Amino acid sequence: MAKVVKTRAWAVLGAVALVLAVGGPASPKVEGDTIILGAAVSLTGKYSTNGKNTQDGYELGVKRINEMGGVRVGGKYYKIKVIYYDDESTPARGAQLAERLINQDGVKFMLGPYSSGLTKAIAPVTEKYRIPMVEGNGADRALFTQGYKYMFAVLSTSDQYLREAMNLAAEQAQKQGKDPKTLKVAMAFENDPFSMDVRDGVLEDVKRLGMKIVIDDKLPPEINDMAATLTKVKAVKPDILVVSGHARGATMAVRQVSDMKVDVPMLAVTHCDSAKVAETLGKAAEYALCASQWDRSLSYKDRWFGMAEEYAKVFEKEFRYDPPYQAAESTAALLVFVDAFERAGSFDIEKVREAIAATDLMTFYGPVKFDATGKNIAKPMVLYQVQDGKYKVVAPTKWAAAKLIHPIPPWSKR
Amino acid sequence: MLFFLLMVDNLSLLFNAPILSAQLLVDGILIGAIFALVAYGMALVWGVMDIINIAQGEFVMLGGYVTFFLAAAGVHPLYTVPAAAAALYILGWALYRTVVFRVVDKDMFISILATFGISIVLQQLANELFEADVRTAESGLGSLFFADGLIVVSQIKVVAFICALVLGATLFLFLKHSRLGRAIRATAQNARAARIMGVNTDRVFATTFALNAAICGAAGSLVVMTWLVHPYLGLAYTLRAFMIVTVAGLGNMASVILASLGLGAAENFAGFVLGTEYQAAFVFSLLVAILVWRNALLSRQRKYLK
Repeated sequence: MAKVVKTRAWAVLGAVALVLAVGGPASPKVEGDTIILGAAVSLTGKYSTNGKNTQDGYELGVKRINEMGGVRVGGKYYKIKVIYYDDESTPARGAQLAERLINQDGVKFMLGPYSSGLTKAIAPVTEKYRIPMVEGNGADRALFTQGYKYMFAVLSTSDQYLREAMNLAAEQAQKQGKDPKTLKVAMAFENDPFSMDVRDGVLEDVKRLGMKIVIDDKLPPEINDMAATLTKVKAVKPDILVVSGHARGATMAVRQVSDMKVDVPMLAVTHCDSAKVAETLGKAAEYALCASQWDRSLSYKDRWFGMAEEYAKVFEKEFRYDPPYQAAESTAALLVFVDAFERAGSFDIEKVREAIAATDLMTFYGPVKFDATGKNIAKPMVLYQVQDGKYKVVAPTKWAAAKLIHPIPPWSKR
Repeated sequence: MLFFLLMVDNLSLLFNAPILSAQLLVDGILIGAIFALVAYGMALVWGVMDIINIAQGEFVMLGGYVTFFLAAAGVHPLYTVPAAAAALYILGWALYRTVVFRVVDKDMFISILATFGISIVLQQLANELFEADVRTAESGLGSLFFADGLIVVSQIKVVAFICALVLGATLFLFLKHSRLGRAIRATAQNARAARIMGVNTDRVFATTFALNAAICGAAGSLVVMTWLVHPYLGLAYTLRAFMIVTVAGLGNMASVILASLGLGAAENFAGFVLGTEYQAAFVFSLLVAILVWRNALLSRQRKYLK
C-alpha cells in the first residue's frame, strides 16, 4: 500500500516537473483589466536603501499610469500591477525569485532588480524563459556582452560614468590654450566590477585624448583610508584626479583631499550624491565633480510626468524624499514597457520584445534608444559640481543649468 | 607593465623627495594608533578568556554609530568618545551574560564560531537599523602644517593618536594597580587557581569582555571622526587586530602598540610604492615572513611558537 502511495507521489511530482519544464501557461498574466509585471528588489540587506528607491520608482510610475487611465492596448485600457519579492540583496535569491515570478506567478514581463550583481543573476533566468526584462539599475558593461535578447537597460553603462569628466578636462585645457596631451591623470578605483568598468571607460578616453596616466591605484574593498594614494597625488601634481568606489570611495576621497589639503585642478568622483558629500562634508566637498545618471534640473520632458522637475515634485509628495536617480531610472524602465505595450498593440511576448527593441522614446529621465545589445545609447551621463553646498549640473553643456568652475582654487586661497 | 613603470616611478619619487616618507610615516603611525586600541582589546580577551573575538570590528563599527547619532543630535563629536565607550561597555556586558559565558571554558573553535555569529548578527542589525549608507561625523578641526606645508596632518588624527595613548596608559595602570585589574591578571595566568584563591572569575570575564567592547567603541568613535563608518566596516579591524596580536603576543602591551604603529606605517609605504591594491597583500605577506623568522629564532633555542 505504502509503495503504491509512493509511486503515485512520484507520478504527481513528475507531472509537476513536466509543467514547470514546459514553462506554465504561455499567455501573459492578465487579471481582468490588469496586466501583471514582476520584480525582485532588495528591501533588506546591503542594498536596502537603493532597493527601496527602485521600488518607489516603479510604484510612482504604476500610480501615474493608472491615474491617467492605464495602458491602451488593442483599443482597451489596462491597469498595471507589479508583484514584488525581496531578494535580500543576494544574487542567488534574486535568481530563485525570478524563477518563482515566472513559473508560479505567471509573470511574463519583468522589471529589473537593483544593482549589476542582482541583474547579472536574474538576466540568465529571464533569458531562458524568453521573458522581456527592462531594467534601470544594472550598469555593468559585462551585462551587454552576453548576447542577451530579452534584457534592456535604460541607464548609461558604467564605463560612461567618468568619460564626460575627461572630455570636460580636455575642453578646459583647450580653452586655456593648452594641449590636452599634456594633461596628467591620477586614477584611484575600487577593485570591484563596477569601478573597473568606470576605469576602462576613463582609460579609453585617456588613450583617445593622448593624456598621461601618473597614478593608477586600485583601492581594496576593505580599506577605509586613501592617505597613501593622496600623498602620491601631492607629489606628482596631476591635472585630474578621478575616483570611483561607490559612496564609500566618494566620502573617503572628498574628506581626505580636504584633510590632507591636496591641490588638484579637477576632482571627479562617482556616487557623491548617494554619499551626500555636500550635505555631510560641507566645505570639503566644494568644487568636486560628481557623475550621475540623472538630475531633476535637466530639461528633459515626457507625456506622463512633464519635465524632470515635475517628476521630482510628484515623487517628493508621494514618498517624502528627494528622488535619487535610482528611482528615476526605475520609473523610466516602467515607461519603456508602457510605450512598448501601446506600440505592440498586444501583450504577445515576442511582439512586445520587438516593440521594446525598437524604442525611440523621450522621457523625463532622458532619451531612450537601445542598441542590439540592449543598452541605452541615447542618454548621456550628467556631471554635477558642488557649488556653494549645492549640486549644480555643469555637463553635458547642452542640458546643463550652471557653469563649471575650473581650475579648483588651491586650499591656501579658500 | 604599466604597474612596474609606476612602481619604479613611485620609488624614485620617495628617493627624490624624502619629505614624502615623513608624510607617509606620520600618517601610518597615526592610523596604527587606532589599530593598537582594537588589537589591545583583542589581546586582553584572548589572554584572559582564551577567546578570539571575531566581533571586534563590529564593536568598532557600533562605537562609530554612537558618535554619528550623537553628533547628528547636536553633541560635539569629540565629547561622544566616552559615550561610545560606555554604550559598548553595556553591550559587551550583555553579550557576555547572554552568549559568551556559555563558551568561555569551551574549545576555542566553539568560541570563534560564537563570536563569528555575534559579528554577523551585529552587522545585519546595523544594516537593518542604520541603513547601508556611509556616514561620517565632522570634528570641525583643521590640519597642521609642517615643513612649509609639505607635511599635512589632520588634527583629528593627532587627537585620535593621543586618545589611543591615554586610553592605553589608563588601561595599563588599571590592570597593574587596581584590585579588579589584579584579579584580571590572575585569571589570565590561571583561571582555576584564581578561582581557588577567591577571585570571582565569572565577574572578571564579564568585565574583561565589556572592557574590550568599550575600548573598541572608543576606537570606533575616533574612526568615524577621522574616516567613515558603514555596517560592513568591521572585518578590516578584526583582521588587523588579529594580525597584530599574532605578531606581538598576548602579554605585552608595549609590543602590541609597537606592532600596531609599525603595521600602520608599513601599510602606508606599501600602498604608496606598490599601489593600494597590494597594500593588504604586502602586510599579510609580512606577517608570514615574521612568523617564519620568529619560528626559526625559537627553534634555535629549542622552544616552540605558541
